[in-house]
Amino acid sequence: MHWNVVYNNFGYLLMGAYPKGPLGGLAMTAILALAGIFGAFWLGLGIGLARIARDRRLRWPAMAYIEVIRGTPLLMVVFWFYFLAPVLLGKTLPEAESAVIALIVFTSAYIAEIVRAGVEALPTGQMEAARSTGLSHAQAMVHVILPQALFNMIPSFVNQFVSLTKDTSLAFIIGVNELTKAATQINNRTLTAPTEIFIAIALLYFVICFCLTELSRRLEKHINRYQARGRS
Amino acid sequence: MAYNFDFGQVISGEYGQWLVSGLVTTLHISAVSIVLSLALGTAVAVLRLSKVRPLVWASAAYTEFFRNTPLLVQIFFWYFGSYNVLPTAVNDWLARRDFEFACGVIALTVYTSAFIAEEIRSGVFSIPKTQLEASRACGLSFLQAMAYVILPQAFRVVIPPLISQFLNLIKNSSLVMTIGVMDLTYMARQIEAHTFHGFEAFTVSTAMYLCISLMVSLGVNLYNRRVLHARAR
Repeated sequence: MHWNVVYNNFGYLLMGAYPKGPLGGLAMTAILALAGIFGAFWLGLGIGLARIARDRRLRWPAMAYIEVIRGTPLLMVVFWFYFLAPVLLGKTLPEAESAVIALIVFTSAYIAEIVRAGVEALPTGQMEAARSTGLSHAQAMVHVILPQALFNMIPSFVNQFVSLTKDTSLAFIIGVNELTKAATQINNRTLTAPTEIFIAIALLYFVICFCLTELSRRLEKHINRYQARGRS
Repeated sequence: MAYNFDFGQVISGEYGQWLVSGLVTTLHISAVSIVLSLALGTAVAVLRLSKVRPLVWASAAYTEFFRNTPLLVQIFFWYFGSYNVLPTAVNDWLARRDFEFACGVIALTVYTSAFIAEEIRSGVFSIPKTQLEASRACGLSFLQAMAYVILPQAFRVVIPPLISQFLNLIKNSSLVMTIGVMDLTYMARQIEAHTFHGFEAFTVSTAMYLCISLMVSLGVNLYNRRVLHARAR
């Protein structure tokens, strides 16, 4: 085995050529994932709320958006934004930007479903009580429903973040310099240790995703206990 | 904006043929992987439920590892890196097959089986414990009790989540284009490269994926309504 190949290039896997060259590797993966979840949270929140609105003009487009995005492979969404942005915008987007946009659009459909499930899981008495104290529908949403619903949804958001972290590897296909790309570059350069390199990056992804999954399990237990105490 | 939309070129003639053959490849690789991942996932779930410590640990490690690493990395591992770790006999057998297709099937199967194992395990947890105890008391072995009593009941509960895993598999199968399996996404890219009519090619192939997903989710909804609710009554 040639584990020294991994050892010698470990810095490149973590940071890319930074600080002498462009940032890449695991750092770029983290940036893609964090930018993706930040954008997807706000977009998904908006679409999720539109999905449960009583107004059909809001509900139906949101429903169509969710169904279309969830029925399409992420790779297709990535290609849509990469190859078609030039046609629509008249100029090319940098790879990293179009990857982040594709990840945001894709993940927001799943976040929207989480938001919908979270809001619908609350007892209807919450909304009724809030309305009867004189709050408007929007005020009741912002001050009463969402704070409770979002709190209960935290484990699902963390799980979605894990999926997103794994999905950032697709940015490699359009040429973003992230962890998977760094691995293939090292593999192309050294040629002797494909097994070791791919096991190494699988382990890097695993460490991040497993810690987050474990965090989500802990949070879920904690939230369940918290709710059980409130009910008794 | 000077872009001439020309769907005719993409859906008829040679390029239309490409898309259809891509769709067939996508369905083929998905069907093979679905069957294999269901078998492998069930086996992993049964190991996890057995009382033998090393088997439980091995199965837990398997599900956690393959669920928490990206499919793309797994595909690359099987395609570029498996030669050094697999036995010679397996390598020879793979070399005589369509190697890209085989690697795609292995990666999709292993990845999805980890998710399927978790679904089946949670399905088994929803069956009362007394079922297993009663069947053991009747003299069935653990495996017999699983095969004849527990799993048939558990499967009925987990069919909807299993189908959504299969749907994920079909969508994930688009990743095998990276190692050169000529599936639907590969063909759409190919047409883009040949004609510069990427917009049309991607529209048609997205519509094909959407049709598959919508049909499957319609089926799941019907199943939920007919079977699960009928039983609840």
